[in-house]
Amino acid sequence: MMTLLLLFYEFFKTGLFSIGGGLATIPFLRQMSVQHGWMSELELANIIAIAESTPGPIGVNAATYVGYYAMGVLGAITATLALVLPSLITIILIAKALGKWANSKVVGHLFRGLRPVAIGLIAAAGYSVFKVATFFELDLSPFALQIHIPALIIFAVMLVSMQLKPFKKLHPLVYILIGGVAGAILQM
Amino acid sequence: MFELYLTFVKIGSLMIGGGYSMLPLLIRELVDKRGWTSEEELLNYFSVAQCTPGVIAVNTATFIGYKLKKVGGAIVATLGIITVPMVLIVLIATLLNQVWQYPIVNHIFAGIRVAVAALIFSAVIRLVRSSIKDWFSALLCVAAFALMVFGGVSPIFIVLGAVLIALVWGRIRP
Repeated sequence: MMTLLLLFYEFFKTGLFSIGGGLATIPFLRQMSVQHGWMSELELANIIAIAESTPGPIGVNAATYVGYYAMGVLGAITATLALVLPSLITIILIAKALGKWANSKVVGHLFRGLRPVAIGLIAAAGYSVFKVATFFELDLSPFALQIHIPALIIFAVMLVSMQLKPFKKLHPLVYILIGGVAGAILQM
Repeated sequence: MFELYLTFVKIGSLMIGGGYSMLPLLIRELVDKRGWTSEEELLNYFSVAQCTPGVIAVNTATFIGYKLKKVGGAIVATLGIITVPMVLIVLIATLLNQVWQYPIVNHIFAGIRVAVAALIFSAVIRLVRSSIKDWFSALLCVAAFALMVFGGVSPIFIVLGAVLIALVWGRIRP
């Protein structure tokens, strides 16, 4: 019971103070691993890798995993709910406030500035995924980057085909499946 | 309400990676297929979700849920997006620790990452077409990208900076 309360408290705190998405929760997880010994540093690294490459938001995945490590299924549920509770509260409050001012000029100006910035940040996130996916570091020198040619070609072909008429309406999952199959065949 | 839940269950189970990877799915499910919102509105939610505490994907889901069906919708959308990941991670935690050692699993995920990168850029192209209409917004977009990639500036400060610039710009040029 104590562990459950502690899990709830730790993940509520994480949800409340991590700003900037799932990856921002990692420093909090690291601190938990040190303080409560729920997992080792290596286990945490594995948790993050799995959280990043399995379906679902990274932060939610990591919380479920850590909760499971600490206290089984009940721990997983507790940690995940505790993580999303602060979001639920703050977002509802903000949505309410914005609804009231929706037609004001100031909110209009605000979003006119925020939208392009949001696109820029999304592009930056896309770039970081692109970098991990198509370059790999040579072991000999940390500065030498090598392009993974097959990955780059697949990337280019996919991106172009997404802009073309017959493929435009394909479900994103189709591309993800093709990517997975290509990765397995080409041993990426 | 049930459709709202199912939609977010679907998005939660198909997105891989951070909150940004949900964007192509959001556009498809909410704008194209159901017409519940517009691309512009989605971007509004997204920018708020980025600078409020919590996981971006969860914040976005909560926001959209609230806009569509008030508090009940917010709760339903939030639960929807975490349902499948939660079940899946518990399964993985019990099973995958052994599977992960096989190289083939790593290869598959390497290929998936390439597809995810292409999907995100495709969404960016679409958003640029619909939302970047003058040099001012183009400048903001490029600056945000550069600050994030080359400057390593936290997105919080970038978004806050954009708020300031937008307010000042609104004063000068209404």
